[in-house]
Amino acid sequence: MYSEKVMDHFENPRNVGEIPEADGVGQVGNPSCGDIMKIYLKIKEGVIEDVKFKTFGCGAAIATSSMVTEMVKGKTVEEAMKISNKQVAEALDGLPPKKMHCSNLAADALHAAIEDYRSKKMKD
Amino acid sequence: MRRIYFDHSATTPVRPEVTEAMCSFLKDRFGNPTSLHYFGRQARKALEEAREKVAGAIGAGPGEIVFASGGTESDNMAIHGVAYSNKNRGNHIITSAVEHHAVLNTVKALGKEGFTITILPVDKYGMVSVDDVAAAVTDKTILITIMHANNEVGTIMPIREIGELARSRGIIFHTDAVQSFGKIPVDVNELGVDLMSLSAHKIYGPMGVGALYIRKGTRWRQSLFHGGAQERLRRAGTENTPGIIAFGVAAELAKSNLEKEGAYLRGLRDRLIKEVTEKIGHVRLTGHPVQRLPNHASFTFEFIEGESMLLSLDMKGIAASSGSACTSGSLEPSHVLLAMGIPHEVAHGSIRITLGIDNRPEDIDYFMETMPPIVERLRAMSPLDQETEYAMNSDCAACKVSGTCSRV
Repeated sequence: MYSEKVMDHFENPRNVGEIPEADGVGQVGNPSCGDIMKIYLKIKEGVIEDVKFKTFGCGAAIATSSMVTEMVKGKTVEEAMKISNKQVAEALDGLPPKKMHCSNLAADALHAAIEDYRSKKMKD
Repeated sequence: MRRIYFDHSATTPVRPEVTEAMCSFLKDRFGNPTSLHYFGRQARKALEEAREKVAGAIGAGPGEIVFASGGTESDNMAIHGVAYSNKNRGNHIITSAVEHHAVLNTVKALGKEGFTITILPVDKYGMVSVDDVAAAVTDKTILITIMHANNEVGTIMPIREIGELARSRGIIFHTDAVQSFGKIPVDVNELGVDLMSLSAHKIYGPMGVGALYIRKGTRWRQSLFHGGAQERLRRAGTENTPGIIAFGVAAELAKSNLEKEGAYLRGLRDRLIKEVTEKIGHVRLTGHPVQRLPNHASFTFEFIEGESMLLSLDMKGIAASSGSACTSGSLEPSHVLLAMGIPHEVAHGSIRITLGIDNRPEDIDYFMETMPPIVERLRAMSPLDQETEYAMNSDCAACKVSGTCSRV
């Protein structure tokens, strides 16, 4: 039911972990729904230098988290804000229909991390 | 790749003797059992022999067995049939929160049609209390339907006690014995049930065939299908004769091997439970520790999600199942685990291992080699605070009613 790309990202997830003193951290989801994604960003001069994730969830949740980290590395914050959940799913050659809503939150987690970065910057 | 099947509560492989009986019917005795001619008579004879075998396996008379397409149809037939033919006596139906959806959704559908329904809570082991059943009975109660053993957590319900209660109050009692049949003794008179649902593909028979036991004299009438006079007007439609013949052989073998196979599976299961709970941290056994099916081990692994465990196991050749939302096809985890007071986030991490006669002790060894690294890998990826001890809600009286606890 999962594409080969999803299975590859599930089996060999890219960029798992945490970034100490991250410039932005975003978390979406809820353990009671079965999915939580947390994204850490290191940003230098408006460019995403490093990104890590931690995810509680099903195969699709882990694969979308992994994929979004690959998609944003080296991108500007503005470019990263334009990435949608749909694009993440497309980059994985699609997700089963029932997973499109419940487990496809990686771009939301990314955006939450960028919002966190922006609000921290405002305070500086 | 090495493949290990640990999902025998979902379905079982078909025993070779069963396949052989079924194939021989398909090849040589293909007749319609309703036909008068030689071919029909051959099929009729085989069909009635199968009926005797299934009846014999549960201590029933052959006339009390109606063949159907499986457990779901049998549950629907039983519940609808009793509800509609006892409308003049009352409108109240009692069931439990941990029933299979074939029962729960049928009872709920009758609730929408104007029947009054009571869905009883369970304790932290998934067990229905006989006192709760007694307290729920009113003078309008026409049917009690409680499963014999639970499919998700393996807990065996106090069916005999509920049967006694039902009989003393003159209430019809149905049990879904799909999971217990072939694993523990199932005798309709010992248990005191009026109706019982059975399925072939859980006892090393084929899919698509099951039976409903209806005690002689029970106020029940066929209410699902309009059609021919098959099964003595109790189930219209040409009988699934090859399936029924196979079911007969499977039932006979299940009965004759019950003790031997039960002891074997219990040994494997006890070792599995012991090793999983000792060697992996933050794991709980779900279901009753003692009153459980001999082949059934179910756990929750905290901080990780069931589907990702299943996928990881499958990549190593191990087939298991889970009650997580991702595997149930909804956003909610298993209704059974929630009814037991297990928090949502823990219920998402459930894994069910159901053993079968094809499993070997080495399969448990392989599982114990494979599972700990999977759990470790997924936990390393999990953002949940792994210092948390999840509070179980089982001490909260309100949690005994699924979904109404203010603490959830």
